[in-house]
Amino acid sequence: MRLNKIFKNTLLILAACLVLSACATKKEVATDIQGQMQGDVYTGTDTVEYLADGVPDRVFFATNESILTTASRETLRAQAAWLRKNPNINVVLEGHADERGTREYNLALGERRANAAKDYLMTYGISSDRITVLSYGKERPVDSGSNPLAWSKNRRSVTVKAN
Amino acid sequence: MTKKILLLLLIFIPINANALIEVDITRGNLNPLPLAVSPLSIDEESRKGFEKILKKENIGSEISNIVENNLRTSGLFNPLDKKAFLQAPDIANLKPRFEDWNLIKAQALITGKVNYVDDKLRVEFRLWDVLAAKEMMALAFTTVPNNWRRVGHIISDKVYERLTGEKGYFDTRIIYVSEEGPKTQRIKKLAIMDQDGANNKFLTLGNELVLTPRFNPASQMVTYLSYFKNMPRVYLLDIETGTQEVVGDFPGMTFAPRFSPDGKKIIMSFAKDGKSDIYTMDLENRIVEKITNHPSIDTSPSYSPDGKYITFNSDRSGYQQIYVMKNDGSDVKRISFGNGLYGTPVWSPRGDLIAFTKLHKGKFYIGVMRTDGSGERLLTENYYQEAPSWSPNGRVLIFYRETKTDSKGEGFSAKLWSIDLTGYNERQIKTPTDASDPSWSSLLSN
Repeated sequence: MRLNKIFKNTLLILAACLVLSACATKKEVATDIQGQMQGDVYTGTDTVEYLADGVPDRVFFATNESILTTASRETLRAQAAWLRKNPNINVVLEGHADERGTREYNLALGERRANAAKDYLMTYGISSDRITVLSYGKERPVDSGSNPLAWSKNRRSVTVKAN
Repeated sequence: MTKKILLLLLIFIPINANALIEVDITRGNLNPLPLAVSPLSIDEESRKGFEKILKKENIGSEISNIVENNLRTSGLFNPLDKKAFLQAPDIANLKPRFEDWNLIKAQALITGKVNYVDDKLRVEFRLWDVLAAKEMMALAFTTVPNNWRRVGHIISDKVYERLTGEKGYFDTRIIYVSEEGPKTQRIKKLAIMDQDGANNKFLTLGNELVLTPRFNPASQMVTYLSYFKNMPRVYLLDIETGTQEVVGDFPGMTFAPRFSPDGKKIIMSFAKDGKSDIYTMDLENRIVEKITNHPSIDTSPSYSPDGKYITFNSDRSGYQQIYVMKNDGSDVKRISFGNGLYGTPVWSPRGDLIAFTKLHKGKFYIGVMRTDGSGERLLTENYYQEAPSWSPNGRVLIFYRETKTDSKGEGFSAKLWSIDLTGYNERQIKTPTDASDPSWSSLLSN
């Protein structure tokens, strides 16, 4: 089962790399006026906190999506390395959605996002015993704005120390 | 008028062929029926008796105010100004002078009398057809004085039923989530109130996040989602005793609960490994059944009133859409095919329609469609609104609406609104705090 999952994740990563490199060559990556979004995924650092030096605590998602971006995977690899170095620390992955969706669907979407992050951490050797997933749906936004930038900051999975 | 409307004319058998009170509730009522609600008459001794117990100067007037307010907010009736009434309440209740009521253009008249008998509240009321000069209905109730508001609601239901031919929805309650505090750190509590906003009561303290309370149609039980100890789980609450329990023993988040129409099962979603499936739990034998089995998000389930079908939303097609299946999970059919995303389907208590939330081009709509997905009709459009819940007679929808914040992220609010199935008579329901996730009870009395 687990090998199968690792294999699936590797394939996903490869596929995503291909897509990204294709975009890059076409130079069609949309950037918003503040330069804090790519497509509609947040790329800024405003709300980001750090678990340790160089280890951001959160990853961001596109609207209605739970696919990890290249930047998200980089963040999660740093988290995995940090967790390997600190084997006594357990984490809660808190999945969130923006306010532009129905409450119940957003609860499920938050869970799916946190699980995408969990799967990736597991691929990099972190035991599922150390990870708890908790979805808040749209109940705990970090930015109370009603605009695309605020929503992009709220579509996130945050890794929180559990002990 | 492109809206497909079933024409149903009613409603009472006229004794006199010239008179016919018609209240058609299947179309937007731009000419609500003018009627007079004469204050219930009360003798001085009874008045003093009630004043002592209830701290209300004239309980007769208070009860008729409730009736008047209910009938007005239904949008179907236009209660006339009491200042124009010529006849005294006590005389009117004995024998209305129909010419006088006709003169102020009242087509129906409600009169009545209140007595204080053996520490009880005794109320009688009569409904009169002014043009036919006939009594249409006469009823009397005896109850404990504290029930006086309910008496007003029951009278309203009787009048509504007599004049429209359909059950009313006034003697009902709304359970909802009370909201306070900044948007990023909302404090949420379960709250319950009468349908008209009176008797508001908080059921939880706000220590943990609570969401989506729903009534058992058969009794005064509620199922809801609580983050007690940071574990989002479906709970069952007995409103009268205050006892609460977790529903089922699931190794993860359970959410989106609703009762089956007979109140014996809870249907909900269970999320695991990024997938959400629909489950039921029998409240008597605790048997859990898995109803859907799909790698997508399947949630917001709602039973048909006969319990044979379930509607839910799923993103198995790639985006959130509405589906209908048999109650064992077989025969899954997608029913929403319009542009945009569709969610929160709720089966009408009449069985013929499904209400839903639709997101299209950045706007949120509350709408209805037939159970095969045909006849989609959008009732209201806004920046954000969702979660319709039906009145027990299937004529009104209650939902919540959130406002857009300003450039500083301020000015957020969440309020309860109702709208008629016709798309007319949109109203805000006043609550002491901000409010969301309303659920309408069934009729408390029948």
